[in-house]
Amino acid sequence: MRLKGLVFEQVAIGDEIPGLVVGPVTLQDLVEWCGAENDYLNIHYDEVAAKASGLPGCVIQGTYKLGMLGRMVTGWLGESATLRRIGVRYRGMDFPGDRLTCRGKVTNKYIKDNENCIELELWTENQRGEKTVEGTAIVTTPD
Amino acid sequence: MEQERSHLGELTSQIGKEAPARSEEVEKGAIRRFVNALGDHNPLYEDEGFAKNSRYEGLIAPPLFVLTLNRERRPQIDNRLGKGAVNAGNDFEFFCPIRPGDVITSKRKLADVKERAGTLGRMFLLTEETTFVNQRGDRVATGRWTTIVHEGHQQKEPV
Repeated sequence: MRLKGLVFEQVAIGDEIPGLVVGPVTLQDLVEWCGAENDYLNIHYDEVAAKASGLPGCVIQGTYKLGMLGRMVTGWLGESATLRRIGVRYRGMDFPGDRLTCRGKVTNKYIKDNENCIELELWTENQRGEKTVEGTAIVTTPD
Repeated sequence: MEQERSHLGELTSQIGKEAPARSEEVEKGAIRRFVNALGDHNPLYEDEGFAKNSRYEGLIAPPLFVLTLNRERRPQIDNRLGKGAVNAGNDFEFFCPIRPGDVITSKRKLADVKERAGTLGRMFLLTEETTFVNQRGDRVATGRWTTIVHEGHQQKEPV
């Protein structure tokens, strides 16, 4: 596998970065994420516990969706560019069986302290058209 | 009402208080589980030869690997936050890469408490902040976890 480097000059405000389709997400994916993150909060794999917490059923971890947005952005960056900041708000729930689409758009680019900075808007949407995560990121690229 | 007020007062007085620091080694297996769980097969994380010839001169972990550090193996919702606690957001700033074998020290503190009026009564936004420093003393990242706690649910020890 080869990684292309992101070129600052070739990025324009309004560009969409390559998206990522995830799923349908399975309960097994959520259990695997529990292991990866070392957080076995039971509302993510135990239907009885989830319902006892007032949820309609097991829910996909917010951090799993953040991780997928991170995968999308760093995949786009390639080897030479760097993820400096990422921040997200969890707006809604997604459930096992859902198909998530991670998307991102360039909202600003500028040079600050001799660094090429690119700002992104990020979000996930499910097959019901709901934007369940909204966020932003800042990346820097070499000259 | 009085009780709730004094309770929020208690939380606010905890702002800035640090939980005990924890140091842990970044294991290759933990990075592998993380990238496998996300299907994130970036050669910078997996291909030793590729990574060695990159500007990093060796394997690195994905930036969001910090999500896995200083975590507890909790089966149930934190007692300290109760039933109405919801993960509302995360914010990370990255300063240098994490590499397999690094020893990362995490320091967590309650950074902010905000009160909001919600449709189901008052709610509190608690923001916990963790700083991550490697064995060379380099700051690796700062992370913020924001949790919404709805009124009426018992809250205990905020940190």
